[in-house]
Amino acid sequence: MVAAAIRVEATTAPTAGSALHVQDVSHQFKLHGEPLAVLERVNLQVAAGEFVAVLGPSGCGKSTLLRLVAGLEPPSAGRLFIDGELIAGPHPSRVVVFQDPTLYPWRTVWRNVALGPEAQGNLQAKRGRVAEALKLVGLTGFENAYPHQLSGGMAQRVALARALVNDPQLLILDEPLGKLDSLTRIAMQSELVSLWQNAGFTVLLVTHDVEEALFLAQRVIVFSDRPARLKTEIVNALPYPRHRGDPRLAELRHAVLAQLGLDATW
Amino acid sequence: MIAQLIRAAAPKPRGAVVALAANDEMQLITIAPAAARARGVPRLVRRASGPLLLLLLWHVLSVTGLLPDTVLAGPATVLSSTAELLASGELQAAIWTSLYRALTGLLIGGSVGVALATISGLFRLGEDLVDAVMQMLRTVPSIALIPLLIIWFGIGEAPKIALIALATAFPLYINVYAGIRNVDVTLVEAGRTLGLSQAGLIRHVVLPGALPNALVGLRYSLAVAWLALVFGEQINATAGIGYLMSNAREFFQTQVIVVCLVVYALLGITVDLIVRVLERTLLSWRPAFSGT
Repeated sequence: MVAAAIRVEATTAPTAGSALHVQDVSHQFKLHGEPLAVLERVNLQVAAGEFVAVLGPSGCGKSTLLRLVAGLEPPSAGRLFIDGELIAGPHPSRVVVFQDPTLYPWRTVWRNVALGPEAQGNLQAKRGRVAEALKLVGLTGFENAYPHQLSGGMAQRVALARALVNDPQLLILDEPLGKLDSLTRIAMQSELVSLWQNAGFTVLLVTHDVEEALFLAQRVIVFSDRPARLKTEIVNALPYPRHRGDPRLAELRHAVLAQLGLDATW
Repeated sequence: MIAQLIRAAAPKPRGAVVALAANDEMQLITIAPAAARARGVPRLVRRASGPLLLLLLWHVLSVTGLLPDTVLAGPATVLSSTAELLASGELQAAIWTSLYRALTGLLIGGSVGVALATISGLFRLGEDLVDAVMQMLRTVPSIALIPLLIIWFGIGEAPKIALIALATAFPLYINVYAGIRNVDVTLVEAGRTLGLSQAGLIRHVVLPGALPNALVGLRYSLAVAWLALVFGEQINATAGIGYLMSNAREFFQTQVIVVCLVVYALLGITVDLIVRVLERTLLSWRPAFSGT
């Protein structure tokens, strides 16, 4: 008798990512009772699988846009769509990596990464993914360490693994490398690119580092001073892997700095 | 290669060092600071010598008659008195009665304090309703309520337990409330983006975040529980350590009073020790300053 062998292959085929549509979004805060306009009629389309960076002067409202995309706040006016559906609140398919690792100090590295699946109630099925995500960010062997035992770069890798384990369709990066030392930052920039290329999710990155935006993204959106408006966008069609010394990157950098009114520093 | 980059650039946290093994893998090695290691005479011996000298002085003053028994009985008398009280079973019975009062009061007061703190910590409506009242009431010294408690509950067990419950509710309330309100908002937001529900946020983020403060509150509550116990047991007690003491006062048995004082102290130390162990196990994730 021949036993029929049924094999279920793990289907972790790269997904194409989500498309984002920001439609006429304005947002304001209340500061001492006075309304403070942060975003003004922002329109933005991000295609599925695209890597887009948002660049702008400090405090211009870039991070606010990310918070709206993440669903942490509703916009004052306008609408945001993900794959044609209105964004109504946070969802693990649109997970955020913040500037600070925001790890839970009472959870080990493993349990920090596992929190997403635990919240979804499918931790048992996703145990393998947790290990995989930790391996992806190079932290195998640190499962039982507590956040206070990690360096800044390692903690940020844990935060990245914690996001990746949810199989995000849109990865929202809010200056995730902003507080790292420059060597770690360079290493992690290259890792981000290869993660994005392998997993195929959409990336929306906020940064104030012109070089980082150009090195990573296919398209760089430049915001004006507050209230943030879309100023220009620069399409960077250079193929990956890119090289920091590429003279074409330097040219683009010059152009972006000019847009930010900083070309006197060139 | 990447590992080497991190090693070169990362700040080294105290007590833990990232080391690069021969096979190019990172490892965590915990290194105890030199100050934590013993030097010369063992620490325990050094610390014990002070109290022992004091005990010796007390004994010398007693046997030479400089300190009469009617003022303060000497250590030898106290020891024999302890043996007598233990042999008759009086001391054990008194300890159990007092311990029962303290723990029952703490359980009632602590539960109320934690419950109210959770309500006003988690919900703004709860805060508006509960917090102002609690902040107002906590300024009243609970000992001052004894006359009222006697009128309400008589002179049995009830006013004693009520006094302890009242006294212990506030430290736990204040600390748990502060703990909940001090939870880092970015941790809550990160939890929301990871898909945690409201209940999940409370369970996985808010309550663990409030735990260190809650344990501080527990220690305070225990301290005031003993204080309230001592006062409460002055209310017409017919059992317990306080009863033993007031009886001894009637007969000028200073040795029994000393025994009772020591028992109060030992109970306090024991319970404090339990909380310390609790802290060490529940808060093992915290980087603690170990002293220099």
